[in-house]
Amino acid sequence: MAILVDDGTRLVVQGITGREGAFHTGRMLESGTNVVAGVTPGKGGQKHDGVPVFNTVHEATEETGANASIIFVPPPFAADAVFESLDSGMKTICCITEGIPVHDMMRVADFIGTKDATLIGPNCPGVLSPGKSNVSIMPRDIFTPGNVGVVSRSGTLTYQIVNELTQRGIGQSTAVGIGGDPIIGTDFIEILGKFEEDPETECVVMIGEIGGNAEQLAAEFVQKEMQTPVVAYIAGFTAPEGKTMGHAGAIVSGGESTAEAKSEALRGAGIRAATNPSEVAELVAEALGR
Amino acid sequence: MDLYEYQGKELLRSYDLETLPGIVAGTAEEAARAAETLGGTVAVKAQVLIGGRGKAGGIAVVHNATETREAAGRILGMDIRGHTVRRVYVEGGAEIEKEYYLSITVDRAAKRPLILFSTEGGVDIEEVAETKPEAIVRTHVDPLLGLLPYQVREIVFAAGLEGDAAKGVGRTLTHLYEAFEGLDASLVEINPLVLTKDGRVLTLDSKITVDNSSLYRHKDIADLHDVEAADPQEQRAQEVGLQYVKLDGNVGILGNGAGLVMSTLDVVARAGGEPANFCDVGGGADAEKIAEALDIVTSNEQVESVLFNIFGGITRGDEVARGLLSAIERTGIGLPIVVRLDGTNAEEGRRILAENTPENVHTEETMLDAARRAVELARNGGR
Repeated sequence: MAILVDDGTRLVVQGITGREGAFHTGRMLESGTNVVAGVTPGKGGQKHDGVPVFNTVHEATEETGANASIIFVPPPFAADAVFESLDSGMKTICCITEGIPVHDMMRVADFIGTKDATLIGPNCPGVLSPGKSNVSIMPRDIFTPGNVGVVSRSGTLTYQIVNELTQRGIGQSTAVGIGGDPIIGTDFIEILGKFEEDPETECVVMIGEIGGNAEQLAAEFVQKEMQTPVVAYIAGFTAPEGKTMGHAGAIVSGGESTAEAKSEALRGAGIRAATNPSEVAELVAEALGR
Repeated sequence: MDLYEYQGKELLRSYDLETLPGIVAGTAEEAARAAETLGGTVAVKAQVLIGGRGKAGGIAVVHNATETREAAGRILGMDIRGHTVRRVYVEGGAEIEKEYYLSITVDRAAKRPLILFSTEGGVDIEEVAETKPEAIVRTHVDPLLGLLPYQVREIVFAAGLEGDAAKGVGRTLTHLYEAFEGLDASLVEINPLVLTKDGRVLTLDSKITVDNSSLYRHKDIADLHDVEAADPQEQRAQEVGLQYVKLDGNVGILGNGAGLVMSTLDVVARAGGEPANFCDVGGGADAEKIAEALDIVTSNEQVESVLFNIFGGITRGDEVARGLLSAIERTGIGLPIVVRLDGTNAEEGRRILAENTPENVHTEETMLDAARRAVELARNGGR
């Protein structure tokens, strides 16, 4: 088992002929991902790396039975690409695109509520279940199959920590980069819930950042709903204080969004909170009794 | 992108929000002339992109041109929480009956716009939120439906408003939501929104933050960006799509991805060093962008060594290595540079570096080792 993507994933790549889309399609194919189709409007009928290219996601789905998508479409068109994917019945959608307007994302997030689908991202590295399916831009060489679930707001920091886990001989069930944007399709809590239900996942690593209060909400969830041990790391202890204007943000989040405050909330909920990436791997080993 | 009060008000007027007449001034003389034009009692308000100007003495209520000249002379050049006042807004007066608080922001957890309204405006609203949360009416808006008329009525009634106040606040709210959406704002805040003795509802202050990711479709707003207020290196970084922040130490930090960069700052601090600045090249940076980033980081005089920490996903190690070498060749940077390269195409990148390593480039395997090395080199004085 794994979460979100596995052997049954049939992937369509939106923006397959673009620079990033083309490069990472090759890498996903090398990882053994079942990439069944690509979409680039106006390039239907072509082939890329042996993958048939279609003009629309609907067409791609009808022809190939795709059930998941990964999006490499430029920011002005990315929200539209998510809508297209949702309307075509994709169950898992990973939106890699960075820089989508927040108002576009609020509309997307609203629409997802009407669909039986999971959107990961945007501005995220995607999802990778080692040895099963790679729907991501993550460097696969650093992964090894195993029992640790990873969920993170940060892309590169995930690689850093996964690398440390692998070097210690600790494998991963699934790694999910949920993205660092203000509005994302799926929060920590939803992913933590999926890991809790996954019999293969024996420990979860949660990687957070300063800003917002997603980590505090996750801490509450872990305390109330989870049996699986959780190890957390928040980056940005020494980051300069943000120069946010206005009071509304502080009123909404109702508390501090510093790494210190977040780590405290996590520890208060009985979660092991590391102070640097290397310590994460140590705490995971401890949680697994290794 | 944060907007100055005077810029925000001009935009809000285009959405039919009512404000007082005002004139922006860059000198005490201009301010005095503005006061003469406006006539009567005026407020002289510091224009800074940070809150708390009232408490810092950045607002004065004055009665004639002479007083205005004095007040503006005092406020211009003032430092308010690290922001230098370079302009004041001279604004006409009004007879105020009541002060309200109104804002619309993006509620990240709910993934929807959130309206906050309180009849206890003007004061420290965060304190109201803590001590008297029931005094703030909170309403989420469905972004696909927009703000519905019944919601406006609910807010107004929940706040206990009647008559002119109810009508005026309702109208303001409707227009402010249009502005929030139309401007692609992540925050519009009016504190205070006032009811005048003659029954008008006026926007007395404006704090607007426009979502940077939407600026491609708001060229007019993007043009309002205050180049002078920005650090020149931050400005240059922004122009080429890099995130750069200046700090006070002596280790320059360059990395990819906000999380890794923040973590790198933490690790440098733990190694006993102090970051001089940091630059996030983001995802998918090519050789040219890497070169630009290195140039920006090292152009800060305080930098004694550079820690170059890349874990490639969408960013490719070979591009990074080529960018680094071309930057060194082009600019002749002699500072010690500690490189830690991992992830996508990292092997290829390390090979490129190994074949052409300039004397000042040191490679390290791990993030911790790289941080220790950079801190040590900075301590020994890189320049």
